[in-house]
Amino acid sequence: MTDQPQPGRLLTDAEAQQEAARRSRRSFITLGLAGLAGLGGWGWLVTRPAEQGVPQPLRRVLEANGQLAGEYLSNAQLAPVFPKSRARMPRVNGHVGLKDDLDLTAWRLRVQGYAPGGAARNQEFTLADIQALPRVEMTTELRCIEGWSTVVTWAGARLSDLLARYPLATDPRPAPGTGQPADQARYASLATPDGKYYVGLDLASALHPQTLLCYEMNGQPLTPDHGAPLRLVTPLKYGIKQLKRIGTLAFTDQRPPDYWAERGYDWHSSL
Amino acid sequence: MKRLVAKHPLAIRWFHWLNFPVLALMIWSGLWIYWANDVYRLGWGHTTLLKFFPQSFYQAFHMDHKLAQGMAWHFVLMWVFALNGLAYVTYTLVSGEWRELVPNRRSLASAWQTVLHDLGIRKEPLPAQKFNGAQQIAYTAVVLMGAGSLLTGLAIYKPTQLAWLTTLLGGYEWARLEHFALTIGYVLFFVVHIAQVVRAGWNNFRAMVAGFEVVDVPDPAPAPTPPASSPTLPA
Repeated sequence: MTDQPQPGRLLTDAEAQQEAARRSRRSFITLGLAGLAGLGGWGWLVTRPAEQGVPQPLRRVLEANGQLAGEYLSNAQLAPVFPKSRARMPRVNGHVGLKDDLDLTAWRLRVQGYAPGGAARNQEFTLADIQALPRVEMTTELRCIEGWSTVVTWAGARLSDLLARYPLATDPRPAPGTGQPADQARYASLATPDGKYYVGLDLASALHPQTLLCYEMNGQPLTPDHGAPLRLVTPLKYGIKQLKRIGTLAFTDQRPPDYWAERGYDWHSSL
Repeated sequence: MKRLVAKHPLAIRWFHWLNFPVLALMIWSGLWIYWANDVYRLGWGHTTLLKFFPQSFYQAFHMDHKLAQGMAWHFVLMWVFALNGLAYVTYTLVSGEWRELVPNRRSLASAWQTVLHDLGIRKEPLPAQKFNGAQQIAYTAVVLMGAGSLLTGLAIYKPTQLAWLTTLLGGYEWARLEHFALTIGYVLFFVVHIAQVVRAGWNNFRAMVAGFEVVDVPDPAPAPTPPASSPTLPA
């Protein structure tokens, strides 16, 4: 380092003052320039065009964070479960997509099967169809992106069990190279019946053993406020992804639109 | 006569000055996030001494309704904060600077003397050393707090994927409170730090920018003195 003083060198007061001033000037100018460069960088960042409510460079980093977390995620990894006695009723947050009256007897879960290039495969399910799948009960922590959390006992069918019985996320055409597993969709897209609230999930999260099509909360059927008759529950994601009152479920290769991601939040919103 | 004596290495100065705005922005964006669920207070029962934070505080700084932006900034700057902190710790370990910084068995006594001195109770000058006991304790604590912010932050960022960490820290809600408390800790550290820097004067402040201090040396005696091997240590 050029800054190193000669430790033995004695200076007169005038010499010391001159030398100190020379070195201080250089260092303060460097720090000042670094500060200006920082401010310039800041100015550049905040004036980048916004991508879904967030300056583009920030959005890129959020995506990279999501990728990194996705690499680390494995379906063997489970969210912690809690004793049932800790379960409470969570707060009701937001009514987007729930404002229309819903005729529960007429309600159907409409699934658009994965059909890359092929004809559309649509299938409808009643609540009884979903309840005919193995019932899974779990007590996990619901985490709102606002920062609060509540332990809740959920019951429902695994989305992966639905897809095991009805392979709607898999390409129906025989895989070209024999012995190859059939092509799977990359994303699941869910929306309320009125289409006003919608979320996207990567397929790994959709197939996670703790991702449920849920119809019961703390031992009671879901109330309309909490998403009757069927809602998504997954401790892998913030509450904003856990869509209430599922109307449609579609499997695609395009990343689905997401209500809150369009309003500045991370598309992945993974926990 | 005077000498210019090297104090803070260039690397330490860069880590310090990069950390300052980054930590400030982490706190700022953290407040945007915290606003969405601002549940903490100092008090007991129905008595509240201090609410974090009064509505007027958010309004004065336009901090309300910025959760999404707050999260975006927080999860970008966390990389800079973490990497800079890691580089700093690695540097102090490799360079041997840690020997000056980590408290030793004399630090507590030295810190007490410093406190008495700063309160004007003890009049004798403090022994000259790069960092006194109070500084060693404070600077090491604030580095540990940085590590704590990183760990509690990860625990609330990925409570499912890093469930072991979240559980270790007492669960999600405790980890969030710990993360918040550490932030308040930085603010308190900052207040004392600035007060002490102002008190210590220009020579000390300049050392964190330019790296050197000007040290008074008694006029040389007629007999030749051996060159001091470590001019910062008291004779």
